[in-house]
Amino acid sequence: MKAVPFEYARPATLAEACELLAAHGPEAKLIAGGQSLVPMMAMRLARPAWLIDISRLAELQCIAAPAGAPADQDGQFAVGAGVRQCVMERDPLARASLPLMARALRWVGQVQTRNRGTIGGSIVHGDVSAEIALVACVLDAMLELRDSLGVSEIPAREFFLAPMITSIAPEQCLTEIRFPVWRNLGGNALRGCAFDEVSVRHGDFALVSACAQVMLDADGRCLRAEIGIGGAAPVPLALPELGAQLVGARLDAQAISAAADAAVDLIDPEGDLHASADYRRQLARVLVGRVLRAAKEDAMSKAGVAAA
Amino acid sequence: MSTPVVQSFRYIGKKRRTKEDPRFVTGHGRFVADIALPGMKHLALVTSPHAAARIRAIRTGHALALAGVHYVLTGAELCAATEPLLIGVDAPKVLRYPLAHEVVRYSGEWVAAVVADSRALAEDATEKIEVDYEPTEYVLDPEKAIEPGATLVHPLHGSNVLYRRKFVWGPVEEDFARAEHRLAFRVRWGRSATVPIETFGVAAQWDPGRQLLDVWASIQMPKYPDQTARALRLPGNAVRVHFDVDVGGSFGVKRGIKHTVLVGYLAKKLGMPVRLIEDRLENMRGGDMHGPDRIFDMQAAFDSDGTIRSLKIRALDDVGAYAGRSPLQLGKPVGAIIGPYQIHSVEYEPISVLTNKTAQEAVRGFGQSPTNYALESAIDHVAYHLGMDRIALRKKNFIRKDQFPYLIPSGTTYDSGDYHTVLDKALAAADYPALVAARDAARKAGRLAGIGIASCLEPSGANSSFEPLFNPKNDTTTWMDSCLVRVDLSGSITGVMNTSSAGQGHETLVATVLGEVLERDPDTIRVVHADSLTALPSNSPVGSRMAIMLGGAAAGAAQKIKAALLAIAAHNLKAELSGLVYRDGGVHLRGDPKRSLSWAQLVEIAQRKFHLLPPGLEPGLQAKFVWEVPTGGGLPTADGRIQMYPCFSFEAHVVLVEIDPATGQAKLLRYVCGHDCGVMISPDIVHGMTYGGIAHGIGAALYEKFAYSDNGQLESQSFMDYLIPSALEVPEIAIVDHCTPSPLTTFGQKGSGEAGYLGAPAAIAGAINDALAPLGASIAELPMTPLAIWTRIDAARAGLKRSTP
Amino acid sequence: MSEKLYPVSIEVNGERHEAQVTARLTLVDFLRDMLRLTGTHAGCEHGICGACSVLLDGEPVRSCLMYAVQTDGRSLTTIEGLAQPDGTPGALQDAFCETHATQCGYCTPGMIIAAHALLETNPAPGEQEIREAIGGNLCRCTGYQQIVDAIKLAAAKRAGSSM
Repeated sequence: MKAVPFEYARPATLAEACELLAAHGPEAKLIAGGQSLVPMMAMRLARPAWLIDISRLAELQCIAAPAGAPADQDGQFAVGAGVRQCVMERDPLARASLPLMARALRWVGQVQTRNRGTIGGSIVHGDVSAEIALVACVLDAMLELRDSLGVSEIPAREFFLAPMITSIAPEQCLTEIRFPVWRNLGGNALRGCAFDEVSVRHGDFALVSACAQVMLDADGRCLRAEIGIGGAAPVPLALPELGAQLVGARLDAQAISAAADAAVDLIDPEGDLHASADYRRQLARVLVGRVLRAAKEDAMSKAGVAAA
Repeated sequence: MSTPVVQSFRYIGKKRRTKEDPRFVTGHGRFVADIALPGMKHLALVTSPHAAARIRAIRTGHALALAGVHYVLTGAELCAATEPLLIGVDAPKVLRYPLAHEVVRYSGEWVAAVVADSRALAEDATEKIEVDYEPTEYVLDPEKAIEPGATLVHPLHGSNVLYRRKFVWGPVEEDFARAEHRLAFRVRWGRSATVPIETFGVAAQWDPGRQLLDVWASIQMPKYPDQTARALRLPGNAVRVHFDVDVGGSFGVKRGIKHTVLVGYLAKKLGMPVRLIEDRLENMRGGDMHGPDRIFDMQAAFDSDGTIRSLKIRALDDVGAYAGRSPLQLGKPVGAIIGPYQIHSVEYEPISVLTNKTAQEAVRGFGQSPTNYALESAIDHVAYHLGMDRIALRKKNFIRKDQFPYLIPSGTTYDSGDYHTVLDKALAAADYPALVAARDAARKAGRLAGIGIASCLEPSGANSSFEPLFNPKNDTTTWMDSCLVRVDLSGSITGVMNTSSAGQGHETLVATVLGEVLERDPDTIRVVHADSLTALPSNSPVGSRMAIMLGGAAAGAAQKIKAALLAIAAHNLKAELSGLVYRDGGVHLRGDPKRSLSWAQLVEIAQRKFHLLPPGLEPGLQAKFVWEVPTGGGLPTADGRIQMYPCFSFEAHVVLVEIDPATGQAKLLRYVCGHDCGVMISPDIVHGMTYGGIAHGIGAALYEKFAYSDNGQLESQSFMDYLIPSALEVPEIAIVDHCTPSPLTTFGQKGSGEAGYLGAPAAIAGAINDALAPLGASIAELPMTPLAIWTRIDAARAGLKRSTP
Repeated sequence: MSEKLYPVSIEVNGERHEAQVTARLTLVDFLRDMLRLTGTHAGCEHGICGACSVLLDGEPVRSCLMYAVQTDGRSLTTIEGLAQPDGTPGALQDAFCETHATQCGYCTPGMIIAAHALLETNPAPGEQEIREAIGGNLCRCTGYQQIVDAIKLAAAKRAGSSM
């Protein structure tokens, strides 16, 4: 399983990388970690004539502390697209600011693939069950794309179009992902999150995944919620309408169950070798329930309050 | 783990580091892909995208035009120049060659081979080869394949049935009529295989000066050099297979005869060394190494007290589009067809069927594991039917230890065993009452939990009498193995084994046996592999035979050396043999130890002092031992009764499983295996293969399947979809040993290369079904994936009619 | 027209190698075919079996998922580099021999690389941590039991305690 012949460049700057992309267009692919791309090249499903290596670009390595945001706005946590998954996993600031990503990363691939795979690479690959992509959608992250002509932005929620297909143009490079960091809604607000997935073996692609981030007041009432499901639609799916419906409610068993049922109506799963569409619906229902329960417990644990 | 109480040995049965491990942990194994022959070229394959098609044309011009490409071989040339590959049953019109000829019969079949300077260039060239296919009808369902009017995979053969026979051993109809109860059910063993991490590879080089083809391969196959020579139309002594290549796991499947004929032909024709290392896609789709794919229709006749009187077994196996030895995998289980139970009569109808899928090959156990799955399912069905405890039912029907040797209705005698004790040991090690309590507590808490019990035989020794049984034109009854032992001028011992190894620790086995008999430290004994020109006969490591056959041959050769030493001592010490004591390689007079000759002295006389040699004794110090499998040499009776394997190891699995009812995911919480393979020559090696066999069984039971789409495409063609258990899927396993020695072997050893795999799928299926039983659900098909399990939970909950198990 | 070659300078097991490679030459093929370090094995070439694991700047990675050109200027350790300076096997390798943690030997180098990386960052791992660390290294022979035992043994020896 050897790739088709290609030429290789390792530009020293992002600008150079963009120039190369502009020059070679659809014939070129960017490579950072390569954990998704190289297997496809080995199977000759991906056949770029040019491979542009951006793994060592310092410009793509930032993990930026949240800037001082006004109290009435979400903060922001910026992650360079070239940041390796293992680095993100270990970074204390990233873990504190984006606990949902920290939880998701435990499910991503294997130890060895996380040593090379990048945050941006996973997003651009566009797999419907990719955990990092789901988190980006659920948190409503903003993606920064660059090409030789300039910079553009697109919400993660609009970036994924179909399985393995994103709106990135051949000449573009994903450079940064800016995650909102939820502001504290009232002094006692408690934030909690959870990520869960079902796969056949550990480390396999998720059949279905789900995640949730909630903010509760001291009485356990929901102030804010975001939920998402992966692997059950043509794209990683944030369900903001579902999250909105939970605002004001206590996340008791009934509310969670109702949310889980409602989630199933919002997805459109496919069947394949490992899971039928019905099974995916079942998994979606179960996992949405589990992550809402777990996110709530996570939030409540911060107040030292036992979960209801 | 308990230590079996047997005759006391110095080296046998003791913990000892193996000879093989040091080279593997330092990365100094020598696998076929590690061998670089000067000027070596590389092969890549063009494969069929269609399940069935006529090949109208193959255009190779563009491929040949690429730099670095030396040759493109198509079926037309190869099939004219070579003999078809052998098939184990009498089906002369089912022809098989390494490349398709005029017709392709499965998706992934090899159509053309490219030889180039590198594998990468060869792959580039395969993309430039244009093949015009005319797709034709195909058949994928083996039950449809045997219906009249089905599309024929090999039209000249006249049907899709490669082999079919109904064996009736004992008064089956009478036993069924007289029994108080009868039940019937179906189980299905999905297509999987032992898929080693190393794919198959072979390199060949033709020496025109010697007219000799040298072959290095990752091989585990009986009669491989002979079949290679025959197919290439070479004399047998024109092929030299190097058995000292380390094989990266085989577990039965590495019978790469088609790869070898391809590479051998090209190496000779082109006058350059040629190598094929399958990539994973070639291996999965076209390597012809799939395993049994079997539908069992079972009937059991039994009484209210649990006595199982008779069984009817119909086994339909889908071998794919071609066959080598694979149909015979329905034959080997004949030698253990009633399992460990006293069942009075049995009817067995094996049916080997062709379909347009990848060809099947020998897989660990050679059909015994699917058969054990079917047998143990029958036992569990009977237990549920009677409301009887599954353990009590097994014990009631077990052959008792005082009943050995035990003749079963199909004509095989089981040598020894103590099934009750092994099962009890396993239950004790599992703390069975606590296991039941844990299961029941889980159920009370709303979870699905179940315990599986499986008690299964591991036939060992490979008296492969299924060959004449399934093909009366093949009256082969010789299943031999051998060992040569040399003691050199310095007194060092070298043992020579005559086949390849794939991780079974044969070098350690031989060194331990030689050391035991000659009373010399095994660490000082070297064991090497002969090549096929210098080798004594061997039938290679199949059918759990090597501990018995190679161990026995090593012991036999060592005994001859020892006899020679004693003869030299008798002559030189002027004593009768009965007055001598052999100790640690030296010999002394009984009662007067000072009158002695040391090992070094004896060796010197043998090697250099002819004048001190007893008359008639050959000079030097070497011995060979070649022998037939114990109980071998017989041909089947007219009604198909036959002595099959000689020695019967036994395993009792106790498994606790929990299933997440919401997702169908199963988790193995506790795994205990009671194991009796007689005397273990090397406990670490036996345990290692047992753990590994259980892991293989977990894969077959829960994860692995070669799944086909409706248009005959292999959907699980890479490790992304063919799911091999990792350290996170295989639980901690406790093995508890027992030893009932075999009366047929030198030390009482039985074979155990297939241990664990032969019982694990049955045990896990039992556990899963026990877990599903409270819901009124069951699953009768492997693998039991989360989707498969959940589908049944969902159906049961929906109150739908329970599907026939 | 032959493929373009790229110069690379890669340190492997402490020794610097200069070579000219095609872009598509994977790191595993570079190690095996060009440097003749055949201890690292290719089992699947699509990043799942782990037989190709090596240490890149001390971290375990799949060498079948990298091209040699990507490792220009970097430092690698393969199984051959895990021996002691005088060539004798290291403690982890010795533990693998003690517990018989290898049978056919094909997954072994990658397995040892993964185990080595674990013990470097977590000298006293529990059973689950061990299984997760080797969860990306498939073995068909051993059922993992004796491998887990070997890693525990090596950790204990490292800690100076006896088993």
